[in-house]
Amino acid sequence: MSDAAPTAIQADPPAAELIEFQDVSIQFRHQKVLRGLNLTLRRGETVCVIGESGCGKTVLLKLIIGLLHPTSGRILFDGQDVTRLAGRDLVKLRLRFGFLFQMAALFDSLSVYDNVAFGLREHHVCDEDRVAAIVAERLQDVGLPQGLEHKKPAELSGGQRKRVGLARALALDPEVMLYDEPTTGLDPIMTDVINELILQTQRGGDKTGVVVTHEMRTVTKVADRVVMFYPLARIGRGESQMIYDGPAEGLEDAADPRVRQFVRGEAGERLRELAAQNRAASP
Amino acid sequence: MAVATLNPEADADEGPETAVHRLGQHVFDRVAEIGDVGLFSLKTLGWIFRRRPRWSVLVPIFYAIGVQSVSVVAITGTFIGMVLAVQAFHEFQMMGLATRLGSVINISLVKELGPVLAATMLAGRVGSSMAAELGTMRVTEQIDALSALGTDPIYYLAVPRFMACLLLIPLLTLMADFMGVIGGAAVCTQVMGVDSFAYWKHSRDYVEGLDILAGVLKSLFFGAAIALISCHRGFNSTAGAEGVGKAATEAFVFSFMAILFLDFVLGLAWNTTYRAIWPQASGLL
Repeated sequence: MSDAAPTAIQADPPAAELIEFQDVSIQFRHQKVLRGLNLTLRRGETVCVIGESGCGKTVLLKLIIGLLHPTSGRILFDGQDVTRLAGRDLVKLRLRFGFLFQMAALFDSLSVYDNVAFGLREHHVCDEDRVAAIVAERLQDVGLPQGLEHKKPAELSGGQRKRVGLARALALDPEVMLYDEPTTGLDPIMTDVINELILQTQRGGDKTGVVVTHEMRTVTKVADRVVMFYPLARIGRGESQMIYDGPAEGLEDAADPRVRQFVRGEAGERLRELAAQNRAASP
Repeated sequence: MAVATLNPEADADEGPETAVHRLGQHVFDRVAEIGDVGLFSLKTLGWIFRRRPRWSVLVPIFYAIGVQSVSVVAITGTFIGMVLAVQAFHEFQMMGLATRLGSVINISLVKELGPVLAATMLAGRVGSSMAAELGTMRVTEQIDALSALGTDPIYYLAVPRFMACLLLIPLLTLMADFMGVIGGAAVCTQVMGVDSFAYWKHSRDYVEGLDILAGVLKSLFFGAAIALISCHRGFNSTAGAEGVGKAATEAFVFSFMAILFLDFVLGLAWNTTYRAIWPQASGLL
């Protein structure tokens, strides 16, 4: 019998790459939205995805958790091919994500409390006392006052709805947070409140985050990295749909003028394109 | 930080769209839609045997579909019985068969009009409402939110509605039958002056328990069809008020067509079975 102390089995450190898009394309009927996308998102980073409406930002988020299926290509999450998952495996994968939808997507028929408690109850995560404690904690985290729990979503303001949506997404303590235009439709103050909450969420739990947004203040505040897409319909065949991938600080000085125009909110070429389209459409 | 690239080779070549393309696409879409309804139905049925929804989910839906339909089904049933009596009375009286009205009215009610009208009212009141509600949930991403929270939307939304329609439509049908019978009897015996004893005696002699059972069994199929069609339409609603409105309209129209089709097929099947078991039975059932 050896006197040597048993050596602990060292688990391999998790790979830096958490989400990988491998040559992913998606098409709805005749409309191609993404084409041959290769993108890697690393563990712990917060990536902002920006771009004009219709360039496939929300589609990207929904592909990650299998709400949409690519026409071709693979999407790997922590080594698992999301496109091949179904049933319990897909549910397990989805529970590792929190998703804040564009309009919060709160369940109309349920109260604020029941919305936040939904995932905990459906998956029998804990008993009802613990559910109540988690709901109270999450609502407090997002800065919602007490007494709001029993209101229906229709009785809430836009900012409150977003914060309840965030509380619901965080209830199951996900590893990855997906934010779909989290500040759309909010006033500047509430926009900053939501930005701070995103920052707090991302820093607090060492979570990976993907933020789809048009709001440059959100980008400069929360992004570790920025990816910009351009609508497929407006680029030439073979031209790259992803026109920027880098830090937020580099956006202003990006080599591609379309990036600079987007960041500065300048219509530029777009006005001339629209005028040309109108001329072509008129008899 | 060049970890993101796009593969220009992935841009497949596409020629201009022709009429043949469009026709092919149309046929493909219809076949896919039929397959989709089939898969949706199988998934709904599959969940019923795997996991029952929570009572807190079931009770409000049972209330909305069952209890809130009681008045409309009762009123419809009553008026149908009354209208049948008014329309048939003079013809039967001319032939001296006014006391036989009970048998004709009541057999029509329990075998055909009760189940079909209860189902039609359910399709109109509940089917369209379900499609509109689920359609709104689709376009406001609430259905996606359910999936994102690891809950199958079919299990959470379609299964309780299917169970409610399936289990409550027989009760609504029996109530429509009952109210129709009362309405018909009230008009015949209280307004038209038909002898009450003869009216009820002929009714009892002609209407059997099996006739009532035939109507109730049919209603089960109607309820299932209404729930599946309406939920499927809602789940597949397109965006905007127009999309949700279209889903609600289609839910009623397709449900109504399904009710009529099933009524014919099940009537035929019931008659064939009945005659096979009792070959001496006379008349169509």
